[in-house]
Amino acid sequence: MDNKNKNEWKRHRIQALWALLTNSYLVGFVQGKIYRGKLKNLCVPGLNCYSCPGAVGSCPIGAMQAVIGSWNFRFAFYAAGFLMFVGALAGRFVCGWLCPFGLVQDLLHKIPFVKKIGTFKGDRLLRRLKYVILFVFVILLPMFLVDVLGQGLPYFCKYICPAGTLEGGILLVLFNKSMRSALGWLYAWKSVLLIVTVTLSVMIYRPFCKYICPLGAVYSVFNPISVFRYRVDKEKCTGCSACAKVCKMQVDPVKNANHPECVRCGACKSACPVKAITS
Amino acid sequence: MSRIFCSPRAGIAAAVLGLLIMGFGICRGEMTVVLEKAVNICMECVGIG
Repeated sequence: MDNKNKNEWKRHRIQALWALLTNSYLVGFVQGKIYRGKLKNLCVPGLNCYSCPGAVGSCPIGAMQAVIGSWNFRFAFYAAGFLMFVGALAGRFVCGWLCPFGLVQDLLHKIPFVKKIGTFKGDRLLRRLKYVILFVFVILLPMFLVDVLGQGLPYFCKYICPAGTLEGGILLVLFNKSMRSALGWLYAWKSVLLIVTVTLSVMIYRPFCKYICPLGAVYSVFNPISVFRYRVDKEKCTGCSACAKVCKMQVDPVKNANHPECVRCGACKSACPVKAITS
Repeated sequence: MSRIFCSPRAGIAAAVLGLLIMGFGICRGEMTVVLEKAVNICMECVGIG
């Protein structure tokens, strides 16, 4: 196994271990119930739906919408502070190593396909969509589109997030007869979104992370200042572009080692023939 | 200027600020709202309604 593959599988093992740790309420998967303990006070760093039967923590994006949309609060300082703290320490390292939905997309992309799509016309522009989704669906709509009691819905979770369908929806519906009878157009819509995400993940590397994920949008802002960062030794670098060619997020580490789109997967570090990239 | 903003020191400062903001949120009781939402099945999240 070459250096690149060794690093990649090491990363996948850590992703899987973390996903297992944060979804360790295994009895929930068997009984179709969710964990109801105090640990759910705490947010996990990755996109992990709290309605996943195994989840022992809370999704920070879900938590943010829950607080913003509650009748007695107008902003979620707890979730925002948590995201700022994690982002400032690790940036998008979380996306590359600690997000269960990132792992799912990583594995889906390993499925062979006639032509894998690296970049395309409009790719750069489309990547800004995640910031729009963050501001509109996670912050503004739950804040202003409220009912008579002043409560807003978690619009991102409800209309966009396929992680909830995959991690929670499918299993809970499978195990609960009463939930099956309540299925409607929303479940159909979310299933379509999930199928589209799964299909695109085979063709494009991490399409949800690149274009949609509001969590990735938050962490990307902190990537340039995060404590955990990449450094390129300009004296060692030969300018061969091996790092840029291997990057599935289409980042050139020599131009910007801490680019907002870098998920710190480490592929560039493994590919560098002179070990000029360090963290 | 951009060197200051993009340095690891800025990261440490942002992490400390994040902790303070998080603490403020906890003090005003936001955790209760999170727990309340998280211990019940979120119907919107799973696509029921």
